[in-house]
Amino acid sequence: MKVLVPIKRVIDYNVKARVKPDNSGVDLTNVKMAMNPFCEIAVEEAIRLKEAGTATEVVVVTIGAKASQEQLRTALALGADKAIHVETEQNLESIHIAKLLAKVVEQESPELVILGKQSIDSDNNQTGQMLAALTNRGQGTFASKVVIENDKVNVTREVDGGLQTVALNLPAIVTTDLRLNEPRYASLPNIMKAKRKPLEVIAADSLGVDLAPRIELVSVEEPAKRSGGIIVEDVAQLVEKLKTEAKVI
Amino acid sequence: MKTLVIAEHDNGALKPETSKTINAAKKLGFDVDVLLAGINLGAMSESLASIEGVANVLLADNAVYEHQLAESMTDLVLSLADSYSHIVASATTTGKNFMPRVAALLDVAQISEIIDVIDTDTFKRPIYAGNAIATVKSLDSKKVITVRASSFDLQGEQAPANVTAVDAVSDSQLSSFVSVEQTESERPELTAADVVISGGRGMQNGENFALLNGIADKLGAAIGASRAAVDAGFVPNDMQVGQTGKIVAPNLYIAVGISGAIQHLAGMKDSKVIVAINKDPDAPIFQVADYGLVADLFDVLPQLEQAL
Repeated sequence: MKVLVPIKRVIDYNVKARVKPDNSGVDLTNVKMAMNPFCEIAVEEAIRLKEAGTATEVVVVTIGAKASQEQLRTALALGADKAIHVETEQNLESIHIAKLLAKVVEQESPELVILGKQSIDSDNNQTGQMLAALTNRGQGTFASKVVIENDKVNVTREVDGGLQTVALNLPAIVTTDLRLNEPRYASLPNIMKAKRKPLEVIAADSLGVDLAPRIELVSVEEPAKRSGGIIVEDVAQLVEKLKTEAKVI
Repeated sequence: MKTLVIAEHDNGALKPETSKTINAAKKLGFDVDVLLAGINLGAMSESLASIEGVANVLLADNAVYEHQLAESMTDLVLSLADSYSHIVASATTTGKNFMPRVAALLDVAQISEIIDVIDTDTFKRPIYAGNAIATVKSLDSKKVITVRASSFDLQGEQAPANVTAVDAVSDSQLSSFVSVEQTESERPELTAADVVISGGRGMQNGENFALLNGIADKLGAAIGASRAAVDAGFVPNDMQVGQTGKIVAPNLYIAVGISGAIQHLAGMKDSKVIVAINKDPDAPIFQVADYGLVADLFDVLPQLEQAL
């Protein structure tokens, strides 16, 4: 079966985001960018399905500016077969991304789409669910285990209070949680090989999706700063402070 | 204009997130109806009807909703959506699962994890692991919103509101429930506890988490963990506090052997008082801690249990 993996270029997860002084957004100039960590897990899962002989082809897709082709090449170096770049300079929202991805799903007809559960920049946690809705497929979100059996996929989900397993009819949509797998690194020869793998570019405007904004970003601010704390000498002083000063115990 | 809140529960009891989400919904200024979907809802519908600010309780008592699968929950909410301008749920794993599906089928954007209501269209929400707070204005006619419950207080009580049964039943056939594995715990729920004590990689192994038990017992605290502790297999992953785990804002948060990575801070930095116990004086956790103790946790934890 064919597996489609949508990925996103985001700020590197180790970088602390800085708010622009004019409060118009987060400053991303000269900031290290990378593949969203949950997307790496999605790519890894697709490649493992291919190595297990379950998947026949792994297609990666990203939506964004030209620079995001870098992350597609990374995915190709990790083992994806083909990449699709839906190119746009516009900052899109989850609903737009889901609609564009639905077009790609229509074009590629994958039996399984694996996405990350959320991107670490907008922290929305929406796209996979929206894509499942728009393509009328079952969804297995926050997956920590994915098992394909005949025409079904069993997804073990990380839910509040424990784990829940659901069975989805294929074709289906899965979103990855952190513990699904440990992504591999790309080897140098594979990085070289990835440069020759096919990368199709589609203009986002050509897909017939209304990309008018649904959300206006009014401002972006720094979170309230915590006032500087103190270092206590020992446990006795700590307990004393918590009792008399902070009054929390 | 009316607001529909979808109640959060475990087929046994309402979760505190429900009351906090009703509080957030009240700030929109409209009547609040609450949908309770699942099985054996009798007792829960009574306590829900008594939460201050609830105008009507809509009861969808049917086996189809027992496990609140996204596909059937979505169909149920959509069947009611026409009467509401705002549809609101807690940003729990349940709410996060079905709400974007609802939004997409209504063809609207979803506003995720709001921490404040500015007006009926405008909300504040954290982005970039809580390192920035965005104020966003929804341009859609219908708003689909999830609420970060830890940012809102519990509602009081009132004389019970009306309870009406909803007979919409949908079984999408796209998915089915297989099994559930609950993590057993007698402690308060992490997201609702007044005090949380969390262990990190510094705990060294799962057995050492027992060192936190005595302290948690004395403080009535829930026990949490950093991702490092979860990934190392010390404790189950539903104990994880952070950007990708649970978001907590207790009165007192005690971080033990946790360095304080950005992703962990995202889950706890709105706690009222933060205590850090770490032997590394340069650990970033000390930058957000109100009280820091630079010491070996294995020396300090027994002393702390003794002193309480």
